Amino acid sequence: MIGGLFIYNHKGEVLISRVYRDDIGRNAVDAFRVNVIHARQQVRSPVTNIARTSFFHVKRSNIWLAAVTKQNVNATMVFEFLYKMCDVMAAYFGKISEENVKNNFVLIYELLDEILDFGYPQNSETGALKTFITQQGIKSQSKEEQAQITSQVTGQIGWRREGIKYRRNELFLDVLESVNLLMSPQGQVLSAHVSGRVVMKSYLSGMPECKFGMNDKIVIDKQNKGGSSEEGGKSGKQSIAIDDCTFHQCVRLSKFDSERSISFIPPDGDYELMRYRTTKDIILPFRVIPLVREVGRTKLEVKVVIKSNFKSSLLAQKIEVRIPTPLNTSGVQLICMKGKAKYKASENAIVWKIKRMAGMKESQISAEIELLPTNDKKWARPPISMNFEVPFAPSGLKVRYLKVFEPKLNYSDHDVIKWVRYIGRSGIYETRC
Amino acid sequence: MPAVSKGDGMRGLAVFISDIRNCKSKEAEIKRINKELANIRSKFKGDKALDGYSKKKYVCKLLFIFLLGHDIDFGHMEAVNLLSSNKYTEKQIGYLFISVLVNSNSELIRLINNAIKNDLSSRNPTFMCLALHCIANVGSREMAEAFASEIPRILVAGDTMDSVKQSAALCLLRLYKTSPDLVLMGEWTSRVVHLLNDQHMGVVTAAISLITCLSQKNPDEFKTCVSLAVSRLSRIVSSASTDLQDYTYYFVPAPWLSCKLLRLLQCYPPPEDGAVKGRLVECLETILNKAQEPPKSKKVQHSNAKNAILFEAISLIIHYDSEPNLLVRACNQLGQFLQHRETNLRYLALESMCTLASSEFSHEAVKTHIETVINALKTERDVSVRQRAADLLYAMCDRSNAKQIVAEMLSYLETADYSIREEMVLKVAILAEKYAVDYSWYVDTILNLIRIAGDYVSEEVWYRVIQIVINRDDVQGYAAKTVFEALQAPACHENMVKVGGYILGEFGNLIAGDPRSSPLVQFNLLHSKFHLCSVPTRALLLSAYIKFINLFPETKATIQEVLRCDSQIRNSDVELQQRAVEYLKLSSIASTDVLATVLEEMPPFPERESSILAKLKKKKGPGAVSVTELEDNKREGGELNGGGERGPDTSAMSTPSPSADLLGIRSAVPVGAAPASAGSLLVDVFSEAGPAAVSAAVNDDGFLRFVCKNNGVLFENQLLQIGIKSEYRQNLGRMYLFYGNKTSVQFASFTTTVSCPGELQLQLNVQTKPVEPLVEGGAQIQQVLNIECLTDFSEAPLLNIKFRYGGALQNLTLKLPVTINKFFQPTEMASQDFFQRWKQLSQPTQEAQKIFKASHGMDTEVLKAKLLGLGTALLDNVDPNPENYVCAGVIQTKGQQVGCLLRLEPNAQAQMYRLTLRCSKDSVSKRLCELLAEQF
Repeated sequence: MIGGLFIYNHKGEVLISRVYRDDIGRNAVDAFRVNVIHARQQVRSPVTNIARTSFFHVKRSNIWLAAVTKQNVNATMVFEFLYKMCDVMAAYFGKISEENVKNNFVLIYELLDEILDFGYPQNSETGALKTFITQQGIKSQSKEEQAQITSQVTGQIGWRREGIKYRRNELFLDVLESVNLLMSPQGQVLSAHVSGRVVMKSYLSGMPECKFGMNDKIVIDKQNKGGSSEEGGKSGKQSIAIDDCTFHQCVRLSKFDSERSISFIPPDGDYELMRYRTTKDIILPFRVIPLVREVGRTKLEVKVVIKSNFKSSLLAQKIEVRIPTPLNTSGVQLICMKGKAKYKASENAIVWKIKRMAGMKESQISAEIELLPTNDKKWARPPISMNFEVPFAPSGLKVRYLKVFEPKLNYSDHDVIKWVRYIGRSGIYETRC
Repeated sequence: MPAVSKGDGMRGLAVFISDIRNCKSKEAEIKRINKELANIRSKFKGDKALDGYSKKKYVCKLLFIFLLGHDIDFGHMEAVNLLSSNKYTEKQIGYLFISVLVNSNSELIRLINNAIKNDLSSRNPTFMCLALHCIANVGSREMAEAFASEIPRILVAGDTMDSVKQSAALCLLRLYKTSPDLVLMGEWTSRVVHLLNDQHMGVVTAAISLITCLSQKNPDEFKTCVSLAVSRLSRIVSSASTDLQDYTYYFVPAPWLSCKLLRLLQCYPPPEDGAVKGRLVECLETILNKAQEPPKSKKVQHSNAKNAILFEAISLIIHYDSEPNLLVRACNQLGQFLQHRETNLRYLALESMCTLASSEFSHEAVKTHIETVINALKTERDVSVRQRAADLLYAMCDRSNAKQIVAEMLSYLETADYSIREEMVLKVAILAEKYAVDYSWYVDTILNLIRIAGDYVSEEVWYRVIQIVINRDDVQGYAAKTVFEALQAPACHENMVKVGGYILGEFGNLIAGDPRSSPLVQFNLLHSKFHLCSVPTRALLLSAYIKFINLFPETKATIQEVLRCDSQIRNSDVELQQRAVEYLKLSSIASTDVLATVLEEMPPFPERESSILAKLKKKKGPGAVSVTELEDNKREGGELNGGGERGPDTSAMSTPSPSADLLGIRSAVPVGAAPASAGSLLVDVFSEAGPAAVSAAVNDDGFLRFVCKNNGVLFENQLLQIGIKSEYRQNLGRMYLFYGNKTSVQFASFTTTVSCPGELQLQLNVQTKPVEPLVEGGAQIQQVLNIECLTDFSEAPLLNIKFRYGGALQNLTLKLPVTINKFFQPTEMASQDFFQRWKQLSQPTQEAQKIFKASHGMDTEVLKAKLLGLGTALLDNVDPNPENYVCAGVIQTKGQQVGCLLRLEPNAQAQMYRLTLRCSKDSVSKRLCELLAEQF
């Protein structure tokens, strides 16, 4: 039971304030501002308890969203709600910024009224919300449509309305992964994991039933046991172990639990079908080899080599290596073979950017850093971090099939145009030096 | 100060600051600062030397970044370089950076000090000022060490500019405040005093702050400043408002200087020189006169400045406390302020009046304002002002207006703020006691107090009313009647029940004649409150019931019934259950005679400082209650309790006195009670220890405590308690040692040995039997020592105790309190005899004398008890001075007898004693003198 929801700008001014329960007083707004936003020490915990009142906050660029409650609520529920709230707002007016919030405050209040009722989260599905909370002013609705909304909001399939028709049945499927790594200077992997999402965009007529298949180890193993010979044996090598996953509400969990098959009636338009995490057999797209040498008190020599570690036919993009510099840097000289490198004083780092890089290649940068002698403590040597984008899934996930059945309408699985894309991005990809 | 030239605008700095101000978020700000820091680092690192302007600009930026809360770890060197610049602005920024960011970096401090020294010795006044300001702003000990000797020289040098003098005076003041030991007084002090005569008012203002501070520590060195200050003051006061030009503030001539002068004068007693004094009185009168004049301006600053001087003058008048005329005038002036529109003025007036009220000259004058003050108490909106009004009422109270004031305070109490209620209650209680002429009024007042503000009546207050009722026969009947009536209210406060229970238990018989308050009615009334009360109160009521049984045998059956019922005799609270059981048994077994003895009326309490007053003092901190008031109270208290002064009677202890009530009053608990509270088993041994030596028992080490007494606890820790009981006859003594195991585990291999070190072996013969090696947990064993004194001795035998506790070996060595004076035989003699013998023992070696400070109170009774405990005879009417104590005795040893005469002369003013001993043997007088000097 969320007692209230506040949105602040970076200065702590209240942009949106919606109180759902009487136990939250007006002073709660100030309490959060004083104790969290304007706190002397930066508050790192997303949950703050002030005077027996709990504040759960998330930050989107410069905007603070805070949910308040006096009760002992499920914190994950509150955060899930806040994230959903962010998604909904983003779907309605794009980026969440002070400007946008101010321009759309009526809409936000309307949304808040709809998705939270007396502090209990309600339907927060963008697709469903968009049918009755519109941005284009009031659209007069026929009785039939109104009845439809009611049945949809209260019915079993809240995320899809009936009677959708497309001339071309089309389906887009993106596998988006972010790979996180922490590596020791000697090249030992200290920790690594991939968190991935399967995002879909569907333009399908009627109420189709979909079935999604991937190289999940459990499924593959089961098939192998069943002895379905050739196919299973081939992909068995490439099967992946998924540590945990979550699904969009449209997926039938009972079926997943019993048969491990993912079947669902998709919402219309954009949605995120599933999220997952893997920690085993991760393909690390890049290897960073740092070399740091301190020459006296006033000079530091840094050499960093990056090696791309994937099929040479693939191209990595938007590569950026960030090499932190000591706080008493007074000058930097840089030499790099490829891309552009620059010393950014405002961030205390050398930023090396490469637009494109093929697999199985290597490149290097060397820097001479001049220091101002101070009697301060030694430099802590923060890790070198990296950003990139590669056109494959570092976890090794493969989409095996996506079948569409619509018995009522006359199109079959073969008529649906399907697009599949893999994008691997860097999460926190760091190498100690 | 040279004007800032246009080129010094430092555009870069302005741009940087406006960039920071425009940052949307903290992150953006940090980014901007990082960028700037990198820029400055590269500039400072750069090969080409920076010019003064850019150096100044970057140092300024660093300073700004530091003030925003970021760490700066470079740039100090550049700032120090700026110090040696010749441009004012550059130097100024350098000093600014140093005084904000200086750290105890050794190499830099040396450079900085060097630069400061150069500036101090330069002829340029602005540079000197900058250096002085820097020293004062940093104000560290290092600075004081480096410059404390230099600055006085600058201050008194003839050719120093006025502005520099001003800075130097304030700088010296700052250094003196941080490290007074480094600022040495010297010949410059006399010249500093003469700065009061300086032409320049600024110099005088600065110097006077310094002089005030210095003179508080060394009043004699600066004595001459009084006459100078007076003449300066009179010049200012008598000047027309336009004379002082720059130093006239809203038509008031030099208000700050006047206030400081008046404050300086408050450090000294009134001037002895008649002329000076006359002049000062004239000044004060002029100030008072000016207050009466119509204001020259409607501006608030004008009246503020005027009143500031006036209040300072009034506090000086109060400080002198010798000019009745002025005091009365001041009082009248304050009286006008009591009704002023300004809340602050009313507050200040009330506060000053509080101090005026304690002066004998103005007390009457203050009293004339009583109506206004009472009105203020009732109608004032600000709580702090009301508090002052209550303070003032308390201060102005005396015998003539006590009734009115107490009544007013009581009526105010009903609506008073919760924050001041407790203090108000204490004050009412004190006033009621202090000025009680008629004790029935006192009892009424306190009972009213409990009724109105029961929650705020602390224990001390109701203890006190019981003390007084018990000590005064004439009020007991009335008190019983009044509490009886008060208890009839349907709802009364628990404190009221406590007082009622106690008083009816003691004096219920006095009102039992009236059928309306027959014993049974009294009992039923008390018992009707019983179930609503807390445990301590119930315990007290049970004691009251058993007293009822004694007072009114006819209630016995009823009360026994009550005691017997399950809710008492099986009460879950141990105390209540024990009382119920014991009282029940006592009432059914003991004969009436025994009952009457056991449950005798409480003996009168010894008189001492009112515990309520002590509490008030504790609440307000020392100094809040003036000394005069205290003495006053003692005098009044003496009158109040008349002849009711007795030493605490030991029988009071055996009376079943309620534990919760009167132990608080008896702060001087006899020694025996201390182990009792520790739950020890040794109570029986020590219960007869004399109460007299009690107050001495607190701080002294174990051995010295026993010089004047024979029984008590010698040693105690978590494991073991050792008690001593001893008796001496002639040259023989017997000492019982009691070893108590305080733990629940047994002590194994418990052995004790008594040894006489060195030549003591020949002087003292100690015999003992070994003790049993096992001491059970919680058990106590006894050991007997037989002591024989062969000849006089000065050492003490040692007692060594070894035992195992939980496997660990414990070893303990104690000095046994066997001292030479234990073998005293008292000798009575007449005055003539005494002085004859005194003269006989006139050889210088025979006499030992010591003058020492009293380490305990100089209470006559305690002193007497100690001298008796010494073993000598205390001779009355011997010394012509009745304050002195004279004792005589003979020390019995096996070989010889040593006669001793003792004279103790207390000096109450100085809190000193002179002790003279004359003995027929030199070593004895020395030893006795040593021992006794520690006792008083």
